Amino acid sequence: MAVALVLVLIVVGSVLFHLLSPWWWTPIASNWVYIDNTIIITFWITGVVFAAVVLFMAYCVFRFRHREGNRAAYEPENKRLESWLTIVTAVGVTALLVPGLFVWSRFVNVPSDATEVEVVGQQWQWSFRLPGKDGKLGTSDTRDVTTDNPLGVIASDPNGQDDVLVEAADLHLPVGKPVKMLLRSIDVLHDFYVPEFRAKMDMIPGSVTYFWFTPTKTGTFQVLCAELCGQGHPLMHGVVVVDTQQDYLAWFGQQQTFAQLSAPQQTGAADNAPGKTMAPAKTIAPGLKIAAKLETVGSR
Amino acid sequence: MVDITPADGIPPAEVAEVELYHPHSWWTRYVFSQDAKVIAIQYSATATGIGLVALVLSWLMRLQLGFPGTFDFITPEAYYQFITMHGMIMVIYLLTALFLGGFGNYLIPLMVGARDMVFPYVNMLSYWIYLLAVLVLVSSFFAPGGPTGAGWTLYPPQAIMSGTPGGQDWGIILMLSSLILFIIGFTMGGLNYVVTVLQGRTRGMTMMRLPLTVWGIFTATVMALLAFPALFVACVMMLLDRVLGTSFFMPAISEMGEQLQHNGGSPILFQHLFWFFGHPEVYIVALPAFGIVSDLISTHARKNIFGYRMMVWAIVGIGALSFVVWAHHMYVSGMHPYFGFFFATTTLIIAIPTAIKVYNWVLTLWRGDIHLTIPMLFALAFIVTFVNGGLTGLFLGNVVVDVPLSDTMFVVAHFHMVMGVAPILVVFGAIYHWYPKVTGRMLNEMLGRFHFWVTFLGAYLIFFPMHYLGLMGVPRRYAELTDMTVMTESAHHLNSFISIMAFIVGFAQMVFLFNLIWSIRHGREAGGNPWRATTLEWQTPQTPPAHGNFGKDLPIVYRWAYDYSVPGAKEDFIPQNMPGSFGPSREPA
Repeated sequence: MAVALVLVLIVVGSVLFHLLSPWWWTPIASNWVYIDNTIIITFWITGVVFAAVVLFMAYCVFRFRHREGNRAAYEPENKRLESWLTIVTAVGVTALLVPGLFVWSRFVNVPSDATEVEVVGQQWQWSFRLPGKDGKLGTSDTRDVTTDNPLGVIASDPNGQDDVLVEAADLHLPVGKPVKMLLRSIDVLHDFYVPEFRAKMDMIPGSVTYFWFTPTKTGTFQVLCAELCGQGHPLMHGVVVVDTQQDYLAWFGQQQTFAQLSAPQQTGAADNAPGKTMAPAKTIAPGLKIAAKLETVGSR
Repeated sequence: MVDITPADGIPPAEVAEVELYHPHSWWTRYVFSQDAKVIAIQYSATATGIGLVALVLSWLMRLQLGFPGTFDFITPEAYYQFITMHGMIMVIYLLTALFLGGFGNYLIPLMVGARDMVFPYVNMLSYWIYLLAVLVLVSSFFAPGGPTGAGWTLYPPQAIMSGTPGGQDWGIILMLSSLILFIIGFTMGGLNYVVTVLQGRTRGMTMMRLPLTVWGIFTATVMALLAFPALFVACVMMLLDRVLGTSFFMPAISEMGEQLQHNGGSPILFQHLFWFFGHPEVYIVALPAFGIVSDLISTHARKNIFGYRMMVWAIVGIGALSFVVWAHHMYVSGMHPYFGFFFATTTLIIAIPTAIKVYNWVLTLWRGDIHLTIPMLFALAFIVTFVNGGLTGLFLGNVVVDVPLSDTMFVVAHFHMVMGVAPILVVFGAIYHWYPKVTGRMLNEMLGRFHFWVTFLGAYLIFFPMHYLGLMGVPRRYAELTDMTVMTESAHHLNSFISIMAFIVGFAQMVFLFNLIWSIRHGREAGGNPWRATTLEWQTPQTPPAHGNFGKDLPIVYRWAYDYSVPGAKEDFIPQNMPGSFGPSREPA
C-alpha cells in the first residue's frame, strides 16, 4: 500500500515540481526558439511515458501485492503485446528524432549573410577578433602567439592587418544580424556558452570550430566557459553586449586593428590587458605563474 | 505463439568435469585463493572500500556547492581533484569491479552449474592486479601535487598541463598507470567470465535457459573486452605525451605566453578513443544491473520474467548498438557537425530495446504475486530511477537538444540517475537478495527498510531537481558559482538543499555497512533457499556453498530459470534442476 502510494506521489510531485518550481531556463535572446520548442516536445513525450510507467507500476503493486492464497499468472510471452509496444515506442522515438534532426540541420548550416566573429579562448579569458573593412579575417597560428601578438595572427597575411582585436574585453554584436562565431583556442579546450543564446561549442587548440545564431534582444549577457579548462575554469567569465546597429557601429569605431596594435608605439596601451601582465612568465616557477594568473582572473 | 517443448530435454554436457584445484593452506584458501567465491568477496570488499572514499569525496564537493565560501580548505584545485577521483572511482573501480569482479565471480559459476571459473589461477591474478590498480590510484592522494583534477574524462591537453591539478605532477601519471593496470587485471577476469559461460555450463543448461543475470554479466563482459582496449591505448598515448613529450593528443600550444614543445596532435582523437570505451562502459555497468533486476523482479513477484527471449535479444542488441553511439558525448566537441545526424539516430534507436526491457519488467509485475521484500523494493526503485534517467537521455541524445544542455548540471543529474543511482539500487537489491547465500544469514529487515527508503527517496530528491539547474544554464564542473547571472538566489538555496540530502543519503549507507557486518553473526538463519528461487545457486547442498559448489555430482538442468507459479505444480516455484513434468512447461524454446 505505502509503496504504491509513494510511487503515485513521485509522479505527482515531479509534475508539480516541473510546473510550479521557479527554476526554469533564462529568457531566450537568440533565434534558437526552435531548440526550446524541441525541448518542450521532449518534455511532453517523456513526461507522459514516465507518468504512465510509474503509475502502471503503482497499480500493479497495489492490485497484485501478495495476499494469502494468491498465485501469479503464468504467461512467458505475448508476442502481440510485445510487437505493439515496440511499434508505439518506435513512433514516439521518431516523433522526437525528426524535429530534432530538422533543427540540427538549421543549426549546422550557416546562412550566407552571417558575419564572422572570431572568439579566442585561453586560460582563463576571452578575446575576440572581427574582420575589418575587407570583411575577411586573416589567418592565424598558435605558433605565432607572442606577447605582442596574443592571438597569433599571421603578420604576413594582408587580410589580417585590418582585423579588429578585442583582447580580454567585452564583445559587442549588432541585434538582428546573424553571426557565425569562429571558435579557436590557443591552449586547452574551452567552450563558448551564453545561456540566453542556447548555443555552445567547444574550442579546440589547432582547429577552428563554429556555431551561428542571431541575437534577438539588446542587452548584456554573460559568457561562461562550458568545458573544463583547468582550475580557473569557473572564473572564466566574459561579456557579450548586444547593441542596436547604431551603438554597435560607435563601439566598433573605437576598437583598434591588428596593424595599429602591432605598431611599436601602440604596444604600451595594451599592456593593461591581463594576458600581457604574464609576459615575463618564463622566469617564474609554474606554480606561482598559475597563482598569479588566477589572481588576475579573480580580481576582474 | 509460444513454442512448446518438453521440459525434460537435456542436451549433453559441453565439457567433461575436470580436476578442481584444492587449496593446501589458510593462505591459499582465504588470501591467494583461486575459488571464484572468495575472489568475488575480495573484489566486493575492495570495491566497497574505495567506493567509500568516493562517497566522502562527493560530500566534500557538495559542501563546496551547497555552502560556497564556507570551507576554505576546498580550493578550486582541491575541488577538481575531488570530482575527478569521485567520478573515476565510482564508474571504474566501484561499479565495473563490483558488477563483474564481484557479482560475476560469485554468480556465474553457481548459476551455470560449474564448480569454478574455467581459469582459476588467472582469476586470482585478476583480483591482485585490480588491488594494485586501486593502490596506485590511492597513492596519488599522497603524491606531490595530489591526484589529477582533469575531470574523470581526462581530456587533453589540459589533463597534462600545469593549469590542471596534477597535470605536471604525479597525479595524471598515477591515474593513467592505474587505469592501465585495471584493464590488464580486468582482461584476465573478463576472459574467464566469457569462457566459463560459453564452456563451463552444466548438462542441460542451454544458453536460452541461462538466468538473465548471467546474460547481463556475460554481454557486459564481452563489451568490456572490446571497449577497454580503446581506453588502454588512449592511456598509453597520453602517458607518452606527458612523460616522453610525444604529441598524440597535443597540438601546438601557447601556455601563458610560453610555447610548448608539442605540435600536430589531436585533442579530439582522445575524445573519440575515450568515448569509444566510455559509452559501452555505461552499458557495462547497466547490463549486469538489467540482468540482476530481472531475476529479482521475477523471483519476488513469483512470476516468470515476461518475454524472456525479447529480454535476451534486447541485452545483446543494446550491447551491439552501444558501440555505434559513442560520439553523442561529443555533439558540442567540435567534431564534424554532420556526425550529429548519424549519432543522434543510432542513439535514439537504442531507446527501443531499452524501452522493451522496461515494459517487460513492469509486465512481469502485472498479475504477479508481489512480495514487497527489500530486494523487490530496490527493484521497483530501480525502475523508477532508470526510467527517469533513461528518458532524460532522450534529451541529451537528440543532438540539437543537447546543445544548450551539454556540460550543464542537467548532464550531471542525468548520468547520476541512470548509471549512478539506478545500478547502485540494483547492487543493494542484489546484496539483500544474495547475502543469505553468501553468509547463510539474512540481513536485518528493519535496518534494510530504513536504508531503502532514505536511499531511494533521498537520491531522487538530489538528482531530480538538479536537472532544472542545468536547464537554467548552470554549468557542471564549476568550483565556484559566484558572480553568475544564471545562479539566482533560489538556485543557491536549491544547491544547499541538494547538499543536505546528499549527507543524509550518505549517512544511510553507513547504516547499510553496519547491517552487512552485524548480520554476519547476528542475522536470522537463512537456510538454503530463503526466497524459494529456481536458479541453481539456491540448490547447492551447503550454504554458503562449499569449494566446488555442488557436492559430488553437478546438477542437471531440466528447465529454464523462470518456472514460477506453473499451473498444476504444487509449489509456486520449480528449481531448474528438478526433473519431471508438471503440466505442460511453456518455456520458450
